[in-house]
Amino acid sequence: MDDTAIRLEGVTKAFGGRKVLDDVTLDVRRKSGFCLLGRSGTGKSVTLKHIIGLMHPDRGRVLVEGRDVTVLGRRELAEVRRRMGFLFQNAALFDSITVGENVAFPMRRHTDSNDKTIRESARAKLADVGLENEYDKMPADLSGGMKKRAALARAMALDPDILLVDEPSAGLDPITSDEIDDLLVDLKKRGTTIVMVTHDIPSARHVADDLAFLHEGKVIARGTAEELERSEHDLVRAFMRSEGAG
Amino acid sequence: MLERVGAALIAVLSWIGDVALWGVRALRDAFLPPYEFGEIARHVFEIGWRSTPLIATSGMAIGVVLSMHTRASLERFGAEAMIPAGLAIALIRETGPLVTALLVAGRVGAGIGAELGAMKVTEQIDALEAVAVDSFKYLAVTRIVACILAMPLLTTITNFFGILGGWIAEFTISGMTYRLYFNRAFSLIEFQDFVPATIKTAVFGLIIGTVASYLGFTTTQGTEGVGRTSTRSVVLSSIMIIVTNVVLVKLIFFIYPERA
Repeated sequence: MDDTAIRLEGVTKAFGGRKVLDDVTLDVRRKSGFCLLGRSGTGKSVTLKHIIGLMHPDRGRVLVEGRDVTVLGRRELAEVRRRMGFLFQNAALFDSITVGENVAFPMRRHTDSNDKTIRESARAKLADVGLENEYDKMPADLSGGMKKRAALARAMALDPDILLVDEPSAGLDPITSDEIDDLLVDLKKRGTTIVMVTHDIPSARHVADDLAFLHEGKVIARGTAEELERSEHDLVRAFMRSEGAG
Repeated sequence: MLERVGAALIAVLSWIGDVALWGVRALRDAFLPPYEFGEIARHVFEIGWRSTPLIATSGMAIGVVLSMHTRASLERFGAEAMIPAGLAIALIRETGPLVTALLVAGRVGAGIGAELGAMKVTEQIDALEAVAVDSFKYLAVTRIVACILAMPLLTTITNFFGILGGWIAEFTISGMTYRLYFNRAFSLIEFQDFVPATIKTAVFGLIIGTVASYLGFTTTQGTEGVGRTSTRSVVLSSIMIIVTNVVLVKLIFFIYPERA
């Protein structure tokens, strides 16, 4: 059985004539932690959005569990997405419903569980990210870091096979950031494929087995954290030596 | 110069085409599962019930004003007895649907445009897609269907309060009883008067929901873009309602020549 969970083949994407992704090819193994690194604006978040089918490449294919999400119809794409979780960079919580209902929302849409079970599950997911007491609060009442954690709980709501996380530790204090990293590692151990975008190098080292460095639309380095530290590119080595913006 | 006018015209026609396709797609998707009955009911409440105070007050005021104007004209010919019927015909056939649509475009169109626009720029629409929910169906179709359902109900409220306002004005001037007033008001009204008017209001609902949701989904440029979407939703849906009304009136006269 193929060990690849996600595969990008020659993906090219341009915005207004500027190539953000230029013939990018990479693959992510099942049940592994993969981290995309790179300076701001180098297409890391764009790559994640291609994987979940929110963006379509100008050229190339994006295979998730062997299915090309760039050509799937709405219903087939929804099936693929049901097995994925996505943490947005800015959290993107639904601001008209409570934090708890944000987490419960995917369960209400895609499971037959009753209200009590869904609420209990949502509370458990919130507890995983340290927000068990915030169920009835509105997203506007949370701090930036709490929103991020709530959004992570929502991304985990359906126990996805693949979890895409965009800057999970941005805006979090170091202790909470470590707790989130531990949670991601725990999910990985339980069989979830983690694809993470971050500037936080300690976090990347902790969660990822495999890293790729994007620069000017291309993957210029690929390997373990130790291999990237020995990269032939000065930029990659300098990046790996930094503590990151967090 | 000619080239620029041509390009602008093409841009406008292209925009109208996109909006029309958006509306057609919404109507088609409304009949395909999964059915979002709960969301539609919630939006009918939001759009319909919460618009009632505005609609009722406006309807009443329009009834009073129309009655006063009609009296000024008809009493010259000694035809004051025709005031209730004239007012009812004017309200049910034309004034009620049009005024309701313009009021709803202002209140609801702006709201839908701003809400969806804000969801777009904060990636909440993408977040819906990411949790495998069809954002078009969940956000746009439900609102469009709710507008279509709510408009005839709101128009009925406008008409009722308009006729009531007409009676209040008439009672104040001539002391006419409500029983006589309403008997006269509905003496010339037939069931067929309601059919084209109801279809017309449903079309206006379709226009409001379609234009506002399309603009919301295509919002760009952050909070400034949200503000612009809100304004454009009102302006463009109002223009489209007024223009469509001309076409619909012509069409109604063609289908029901006795209404001409």
